[in-house]
Amino acid sequence: MAIVINGIEYPLPDDVRISLLDLLRERLGLTGTKLGCNQGGCGACTVIVDGARVLSCLTLAVQADGREVQTIEGMAAQDGQLHPLQESFIEHEGLQCGYCTPGQICSAIAMVAEFRRGDPSYVTADLARGPNGVTRQEIRERMSGNLCRCGAHNGIVEAIEEMLAGGVA
Amino acid sequence: MRPFDYRRAADQTEALSIAGAGPARYLGGGTNLVDLMRQNIEAPAALVDVSRLPGTIADTPNGGLMIGAAVRNNVVAAHPAVRTRYPMLSRAILAGASAQIRNMATVGGNILQRTRCAYFYDAAGSCCNKREPGAGCDAIDGFNRYHAIFGASEHCIATHPSDMCVALAALGATVHLAGAAGERSVPLLDFHRLPGDHPEIETVLRPGELITAIELASSPAAANSRYRKVRDRSSYAFALVSVAAGVEVAAGKIADVRIALGGVAPKPWRATTAEGVLRGQAPTKARFLAAADAELAAAKSFEGNAFKIELAKRTIVAVLGELTGADA
Repeated sequence: MAIVINGIEYPLPDDVRISLLDLLRERLGLTGTKLGCNQGGCGACTVIVDGARVLSCLTLAVQADGREVQTIEGMAAQDGQLHPLQESFIEHEGLQCGYCTPGQICSAIAMVAEFRRGDPSYVTADLARGPNGVTRQEIRERMSGNLCRCGAHNGIVEAIEEMLAGGVA
Repeated sequence: MRPFDYRRAADQTEALSIAGAGPARYLGGGTNLVDLMRQNIEAPAALVDVSRLPGTIADTPNGGLMIGAAVRNNVVAAHPAVRTRYPMLSRAILAGASAQIRNMATVGGNILQRTRCAYFYDAAGSCCNKREPGAGCDAIDGFNRYHAIFGASEHCIATHPSDMCVALAALGATVHLAGAAGERSVPLLDFHRLPGDHPEIETVLRPGELITAIELASSPAAANSRYRKVRDRSSYAFALVSVAAGVEVAAGKIADVRIALGGVAPKPWRATTAEGVLRGQAPTKARFLAAADAELAAAKSFEGNAFKIELAKRTIVAVLGELTGADA
């Protein structure tokens, strides 16, 4: 049993109670992913598994057997160049304390793929046609699973808006 | 979290065989069960992971749709056939939880998710007959803003939290099951039980039985359908009241109508009284109001949730107005 995290293969823990979040933070030292509510309410622990954003706190590590996991540690390029969305978060001050930021960034990067695939959201007017352009309302709805207690949401939405408009990621 | 055995099943036969060997719970995405295990509200001796069973969405010979139980919620919501032929289902799923949770949660797990009643979750400090039969219900005289106005009992007034199931109730979905004694199917409307004297028994599932698929019939009312959810914040919150409805109007009369309510009962609540008032009649706002009044006449509220009666009426009228264009 093994799991691939940011391109590197790791063995799964023997104790099946270990969550993917605890595996990352406590066993592998990948502390970029954050522990928030630990019950699926805040999104701070968001990671990307096989291309889909999920909550690592509610995922048993054993459930990710054979999957490819991307965490915030894997978003920058090999030479240390930040992901364009990370740059955009800095530019638009999409953070204050920074605790929710790794989850916000992982969530938004996977969200862009959902958006470009044409997946609808609850606020998409025409379900059959899919989202009609990038609107703040669409971004806010699609990012509602990531809370920011500092209230940096406006900067977060602007950072994502810029990324979507710029065609990156 | 208490220790448990974990096995992953590759297919249905293996899942049934593992579950048949001893007490076990099936694990889908884990978004509800893992949380309940962490809180020590559920402590299964074994988990049988069925989240990697083949999950497909396929047309049925009679023009309906068969959705595998292991299909993730977001995949159902984004599927072209669901978006065009069952829009209320797509919209209901998208109204629930967050994108991350919808990416994890399976159809079978969504149907089996347990109430979000705060007293059910508060194992350390509250009485709950669902969690501990005979302990009492702290919600009845407690903070019951989120609780039921239909179908409750003196032992439990918790609501079923699913949005998806409200659409499935309106669509008259069929739940396909497999167990040691073979396969059977149950209408979704009969799948969940009302609490009565045994709020701890929530469904008609037999020990070891597995949900394998849900089946939807085709209809013009399903294609002309909507879901509206009213909640304390505009996203990522459970329903105070939700309405799934589909209407077919022919020659100026309502030929077919299906309405189900969420956030108001221990199970997805099919509004059959309202449907009876509407069927065969011209779609007018006055008729929608009469239908909503008739349905809510049987509601019984508690100190904190009397507002749900008026809210449910207005939401029914609004959704029917949008669907028919009558007095919208």
